[in-house]
Amino acid sequence: MSTAPTTAAAAAGDRAADRAGEPPLLRVRDLRVAFPTAAGPVRAVDGIDFTVRAGRTLGIVGESGSGKSVTSLAVLGLLRGAEVSGSVELAGRELRGLPDRELAKLRGRRMAMIFQDPMSSLHPFYTVGEQIAEAYRVHFGAGRRAARRRAVEMLGEVGIPEPARRAADHPHRFSGGMRQRVMIAMALACEPDLLIADEPTTALDVTVQAQILELIARIQAERGLGVVMITHDLGVVARVAHEVLVMYAGRPAEQAPVDELFADPAHPYTRGLLDSLPRLDDDPGVPLHTIPGSPPSLLAPGPGCAFAPRCFRAAEASGDVRARCEGTRPDLVPLRAGRLASCHLPLADGPSGRPSRRPSDRPAGGLPDPQDPTPAPEGTR
Amino acid sequence: MILYLARRLVGVAGVMLAICLVTFTIFYLLPADPAAAACGKTCTPERLAEVRHSMGLDEPLWRQFTDYLTGIFAGRELGEGPHALQCGFPCFGYSYEYSLPVWDLLTDRLPVSASLAFGAALMWLVLGLGTGIAAALRKGTRTDRTLMVGAVAAASLPVYFTAVMLIHGVVRVAGVLPYPEYAALTDDPLDWAANLLLPWTALALLYAAMYARQSRSSMIEAMAQPYIRTARAKGMPERAVVVKHGLRSGMTPVLTIFGMDLGGLLAGAVITESIFGIPGVGRLFFDALQRSDQPVILGVTLLAAFFIVAANLVVDILYAVVDPRVRY
Repeated sequence: MSTAPTTAAAAAGDRAADRAGEPPLLRVRDLRVAFPTAAGPVRAVDGIDFTVRAGRTLGIVGESGSGKSVTSLAVLGLLRGAEVSGSVELAGRELRGLPDRELAKLRGRRMAMIFQDPMSSLHPFYTVGEQIAEAYRVHFGAGRRAARRRAVEMLGEVGIPEPARRAADHPHRFSGGMRQRVMIAMALACEPDLLIADEPTTALDVTVQAQILELIARIQAERGLGVVMITHDLGVVARVAHEVLVMYAGRPAEQAPVDELFADPAHPYTRGLLDSLPRLDDDPGVPLHTIPGSPPSLLAPGPGCAFAPRCFRAAEASGDVRARCEGTRPDLVPLRAGRLASCHLPLADGPSGRPSRRPSDRPAGGLPDPQDPTPAPEGTR
Repeated sequence: MILYLARRLVGVAGVMLAICLVTFTIFYLLPADPAAAACGKTCTPERLAEVRHSMGLDEPLWRQFTDYLTGIFAGRELGEGPHALQCGFPCFGYSYEYSLPVWDLLTDRLPVSASLAFGAALMWLVLGLGTGIAAALRKGTRTDRTLMVGAVAAASLPVYFTAVMLIHGVVRVAGVLPYPEYAALTDDPLDWAANLLLPWTALALLYAAMYARQSRSSMIEAMAQPYIRTARAKGMPERAVVVKHGLRSGMTPVLTIFGMDLGGLLAGAVITESIFGIPGVGRLFFDALQRSDQPVILGVTLLAAFFIVAANLVVDILYAVVDPRVRY
């Protein structure tokens, strides 16, 4: 858990930054993305707000189709054929409305992104050295030789053995984990301030996952990088995030510091996600917990809370309370200290029903953390 | 790589031998008797037998075939006695019609067909790939639809229609160009190009339409690859994304069909050459067919097969150059 946040110190840092009036590294406000289709617009992202500060990690969690990736692509201006509205500010500069030419100068240079599938995200026809070097050349006007040196240096930094030799290899000569390292080297070659990682470990096996997360965390610490970690894996979030934004059906469900979110989720959806994690102390005969139903269509969202049809709180509620869940869309509002949730029936503070777990109980992917030699305390597993 | 090349060359030889055997057998089984044609109308049975013997037609199939093969590699003597014809290496037989070795006819006509093929290929590549790539980058827009409707229309026009319309429009009505009459490149390059302009256009239009559609779809596929998104995410200017990352993979499938098409055309574009009166291999083939000039038909068939097989080999080798994942 070398990356576990020191919440108090970080919060103090936030306050200091706010006082100085310094704009955050990334501020997204009321971001909306709709894809026009023959059947009408699909509202993939429907009003998302978040802030990322230098040196901090925001985890965005949600199931497939909840709008996580679309959000990140919208930040970089990489969505084509979509209707995007809202505000994306990078260090105080509004990116929305910038011509693509201007955005391209910021991509890779100030904000970089790594993707889920390192197999197909690298061009099969060019050597990895060439692919790292080309961005460096574009952004810094560097010559071939300097850019190549930089590529080798970056490959070494992300832990690829014999970087000078490997730079001349094509992507198919690398394993999945090594390719993701190459992606990271490529993303960080121009020293961006913000790194958006879109499920960077999903396509990798669990032991490699831990190494990649460790690598990102190390570089983040060295460079004071702001990181957005997009994932559907709560284990990853528990491990690397300071703040967590839970998304559901393109909308924010809950936003909280990571410890508090895991300790006592306020939104029934978050609660459902946490309860769905398999645990070693689960009774082997009992089926895993699931959230009943499936995510709603984003084509014609109803007027109420998107989660209401699957929500156990709404189901238990009396008639007119339930009518409110189904008829009025809840806003993301402060609930208690540092906690935002969009729910008419938030869960009360403190443990209720099935005991919740703190993130430190559960390393990434539910497997032992190779970087963490300390055994888990007795009785938590 | 060397080993692969050697293996492929052996394969090429095998394929050529098989094609040779099949074609030869077909001609052997045909009812047309070249001896009767050579003997003339006032032919007695004795004279016919004599001619058959001198042409080697009284030999069994396998014997005729091995003689033919020997001729290709070592040259041979056709006929016997004082009338024997010396047919030097590589001997593909003697044309009854022209009284010339088939090889001489082929080497004579090949530059003509090559002129037509390469000129047209250049035209259709520029036109077809330009259209296809432009449409792919504007996928779904009005421009894209217009270009593709045009391509479908052009692909539906048979070359004889296009050719005749071109001759009528450009030569007869507009009078911009003279009626095409082939002139060798080595004599007068300008004249060569001017006379080939219409045939090139007729042939290129058809191919350009097919290439536009092919390159559009493979370019769309290439531009949808995740590595294109990666290139954009690292801040490459859009032009570099398209040219360096998109085209390189988008044009690879086009390479395959281009090799085949060019190989096929080198052995003659029968219809185009016939309409424009271009004395190429295609025209030679057409005439030989009409006159049952079997050695010529056989020779052209083998030449065509050779070009296709060779083009295939070249394309496969180029693939390894283009795509580093391909290793032999």
